[in-house]
Amino acid sequence: MKKTWIAYPYVVWMILFIVVPLMLIVFYGAAKTTPEGIEFSLEHFQRFFEPLYIMVLIRSLYLALISTIVCLLLGYPVSMILASREYRDKRILIFLMVIPMWMNFLLRTYAWLTLLEKNGIINTFISFLGLPKMDLLYNQWAVVLGMVYNFLPFMVLPIYSVLIKIDRSVIEAAEDLGANSGTVFRKIIFPLSLPGVVSGITMVFMPAVTTFVISRLLGGGQFLLIGNLIEELFLKSGEWGFGSALSIIMMILILFSMAIMSKYEKENEGGGLL
Amino acid sequence: MMRHIKRFYIGIIFFFLYAPILILMIFSFNNSRYMSRWDGFSLKWYADLFSDRDILSALYYTVLIAILSTIIATVIGLVAAVGIHDMNKLGKGIVINISYLPVLNPDIVTGISLMMLFVLMNMEPGFLTLLLAHITFNIPYVIFSILPKLKQMNKHLYEAALDLGATPFYAFRKIILPEIMPGVVTGMILAFTLSIDDFVISYFTTGAGVSNLSIIIYSMARVGIKPTINALSTLLFVSVLLLLLIVNKRTTNNTGKENVL
Amino acid sequence: MSYEIINLIDISKAFDDTLVLENIDLYIRRNEFLTLLGPSGCGKTTTLRIIGGFEDPTTGKVLFEGKDITHIPPYKRKLNTVFQRYALFPHMNVAENIAFGLNIKKLAKSIINEKVRDMLSLVNLRGFEKRSVDSLSGGQQQRVAIARALINEPEVLLLDEPLGALDLKLRKGMQIELKNIQQKLGITFVYVTHDQEEALTMSDTIVVMNEGRIQQIGTPIDIYNEPNNAFVADFIGESNIVDGIMLEDFVVNFAGYVFKCLDGGFDRDEKVDVVVRPEDIKLVSPEQGMLKGRVISVIFKGVHYEMMIDSNGIMWKVHNTLMEPVDTMVGINIFPDDIHIMKKVMAP
Repeated sequence: MKKTWIAYPYVVWMILFIVVPLMLIVFYGAAKTTPEGIEFSLEHFQRFFEPLYIMVLIRSLYLALISTIVCLLLGYPVSMILASREYRDKRILIFLMVIPMWMNFLLRTYAWLTLLEKNGIINTFISFLGLPKMDLLYNQWAVVLGMVYNFLPFMVLPIYSVLIKIDRSVIEAAEDLGANSGTVFRKIIFPLSLPGVVSGITMVFMPAVTTFVISRLLGGGQFLLIGNLIEELFLKSGEWGFGSALSIIMMILILFSMAIMSKYEKENEGGGLL
Repeated sequence: MMRHIKRFYIGIIFFFLYAPILILMIFSFNNSRYMSRWDGFSLKWYADLFSDRDILSALYYTVLIAILSTIIATVIGLVAAVGIHDMNKLGKGIVINISYLPVLNPDIVTGISLMMLFVLMNMEPGFLTLLLAHITFNIPYVIFSILPKLKQMNKHLYEAALDLGATPFYAFRKIILPEIMPGVVTGMILAFTLSIDDFVISYFTTGAGVSNLSIIIYSMARVGIKPTINALSTLLFVSVLLLLLIVNKRTTNNTGKENVL
Repeated sequence: MSYEIINLIDISKAFDDTLVLENIDLYIRRNEFLTLLGPSGCGKTTTLRIIGGFEDPTTGKVLFEGKDITHIPPYKRKLNTVFQRYALFPHMNVAENIAFGLNIKKLAKSIINEKVRDMLSLVNLRGFEKRSVDSLSGGQQQRVAIARALINEPEVLLLDEPLGALDLKLRKGMQIELKNIQQKLGITFVYVTHDQEEALTMSDTIVVMNEGRIQQIGTPIDIYNEPNNAFVADFIGESNIVDGIMLEDFVVNFAGYVFKCLDGGFDRDEKVDVVVRPEDIKLVSPEQGMLKGRVISVIFKGVHYEMMIDSNGIMWKVHNTLMEPVDTMVGINIFPDDIHIMKKVMAP
C-alpha cells in the first residue's frame, strides 16, 4: 500500500518555488540580452573579477573569518564551563544562552547602534571620564562586533552539546594513564569536540559572510559586503544578471566550504589525529 | 581560584549578551529621545508605539503571516512527509535533497530567487507573495521534523490497523498521526518562529504597504535611533521571555523534572 | 618492600547525604588477585574508584606502599584501570590507544612501537595496530583496554566489571586469560564483579560487600565453605536457608527435626539461620531419612541434576548425580559438618 502519490502536491510546489527560482538565477547569471535575443555568456562572471568586486568578496570573507575566530575563542571556554560538572543549575545558564537567539536579529543589531553612536552610552561614559569622544560606529570593527554579538550563541551551543556527551570514563581513562588536565584537553577533549567546533564554525561563518543587515546598520554605507552588493543590484539598480552571477558565486562558496567542513569531520572520525 | 575565574568569565559573557538589550529596555522609559542622558521616567514612547499605524500594521502582518504560513506549511509538509517516506530510494533522495536547498542556501539567495519568480509571473509584490515565500521556506523544516518520527515508527502499526478493518484515512488519523505528533509539533514551532523572525526573505518578496516588524525596524534603524524601537524591543523581549518560560515550564513538568526557574 | 601494597583505612563515602561506603578497612597484598564481590549498589565500584583516585573518600585514608595517596590525582598514581565499558578513545586507533600512556611519558617512538607490539601479542591482537576501535568486537575492545592499562607497567591493575558486557562463552575464556596474564606479569589485580562464579574461579582473596559494608574477607574456599552470615551464604553459590532454633551447643532444631551440628556459642533457644548447600544434602530411602519429602521437579544441569523436594512445606534444593523421578518419596539426610549456623541479621 504505497501512499507516494500524496507527496505530489508538494513536489509540484517544490518545483515551482525551489527549483524554478534557482534555475532563474542560473539563467540570468549566464545569459545576456543582445539585439538578436538572449544568448549564453559569462560576461557577468567576468565582471566579478574587476578589482572593485574582488575586494568586496575578500572583505566579506575577511570580516566573517575574524568574527568566526573571535566567536570560537570566546565561545569555546564558555561551552567548556557550561559543560563542566561545577554548575548544577546548568539549565538556567543554557536557557540564558538560548534567549538572545530568539530575540529579533534586527533588534539585537539595533541595540549596538544605540550603544556605539556618537551620543550613545559608551561615548557618554568616555567623555564623562574626560576623554575625547570616539568614532565607534561605521567602521569594520563595529561590523565584527555586531557579528560576534549576534552569532556567539551559535558557536557555544553546538560545542556545548558535543562536550556534554563525551563519556566521562574516557576522560578518567586518560587521567588514569597519566594525563594531567592540560594533556586531557589537548589529546581527548578537544579532538572529541571537533564535530561541535566544525558545526559552530559553519553556523557562524555562513550567516556572517552573507549578511547585509549588520554591515548596513553598523558599517554604514562604506563597508560594502557581498550581501550589500547583491541587495543593491536587485533592489536599486535592477541588474539581475550580475546580481545572479554574484549569488551563484556565493552559493558555490558556501557549498564548497560546507563540503570541506564535512570532509574534515569525516576524516576525524576514523582516528589518526596524534 | 580557577572556580572564580570561570564564574567571572561566564559573568562577562552574559553581561556582553544582555547589557545591550537591557540598556535598550531601560531607555525605552526615558523621557528624552537621546540615549545620552536620563531625563526622567516616561511611557510616551509606548504611547507613540501604539499610535504608530505603520508599526501596528507590521505587527498585524507579522502575526497573520506567521499563523497562516505555519498552518499551510504544516498541512502540506505533513502530507508530503508521509508520501516521501513511502517513496523508493531514488525519488526520496531527489526530493529530500531539493528540499534541503532552502535550508542550506543563504537567505538572501532564496529571497532574490523568489523575487525574480514573482516578478516574472507578474505577481504584484505584497501580501500573497510574502505568504507564498514564508510557506516555501517553512515546509522543509516541517518535513525534516516529521520524517525521523516516521522512520522510528513501527511500520507494521499501519498494516495492523488496515488488517483490523480501518480505512487508510482512519488508520492515518488514529494510528500514524498520534505516533508522529511530536515531530509535527516541533515542525510547527520551528515554522512559526522562523516566520515571525524572518527579515531577509520577506524584505525581497514583499511590496509597498505590507511590512513585517523586521522590515519596519530595518527601515527605521537605517535612518537612526528612534526611541519607539526601544519600546518595541522591550515588548518583544518580554514576550519572547514569557513564551520561553511557559514552554520550558511545560516541558519540565511533562518530563517530571524540577523546574528551571 | 612491604607485604601490603594498598591499605584502605576506615573509608566512608557519602554522595549527597546517602552513605554508600561505611568504615571500609581493607589491605591488599602484593601480587594477589583480589576480588570485590557484591550485588549492584553494594559499594564495590565506589571502593575501586577511590583506590583509582576518581572519587575522594568522605573520611578515611588510602595508603599505597605505606604512603598516603588519598588526595593524589589519578594521573600521579602508579596504578591503572580497566573501565567498565572500556572507555577506549574513539578518535584514536588501536595502537594510539595503547600507546597513550607512554606518549605522555614521552618515550622514544621506537620503544613505544615495540612495547605496543609486545602488548598486542600478550592480549592476542597481533596485527590490529591500525584498526579503528569501533570496528572491534566487544572482546577485542576489552583486550585493547587491558593492553592500554598494562603497557604502563602498573604495580596494581584495577578492573571494574571488565567482562560484564561479554557473552557467557567469551567471558569464560577471558577469565582464564586474565588469570594467566596476572600470573605471568606478577602484579596485583583488584577486580570488581557481581558474578560469584567469576570471583570463585579467579581470585586469591574475595571481599564480599553488601550495602556499603564488608561482609567477609577470605579465600574462595573459606568464603564458600564457611560463610559468615546468611547474606554471604546466599550470595556465594546456591544455598538452602531455613529458620532454626539452637536448643543447646551443637544441637539445632529445624524443619521439624533435631540435628547435630558443629556450631556452638549461641543463647539457648536462639533463633538462627541454617544454611545447607544443595550438594551437601544426601538422598536415601524414605525410611532411612531424617526428613521425608516428595520430588516436585527435576532439571538436568549437565554435571548433576537439580531437584526440588517438598518436605512438610519446606522446599529443599538438592544437587545429585543420580536422578529421582518426580513424585517419588525420598529421605533426606544432612550431616553435622554440612550444617552452617548463622546469627540472624537484625533488620536495620
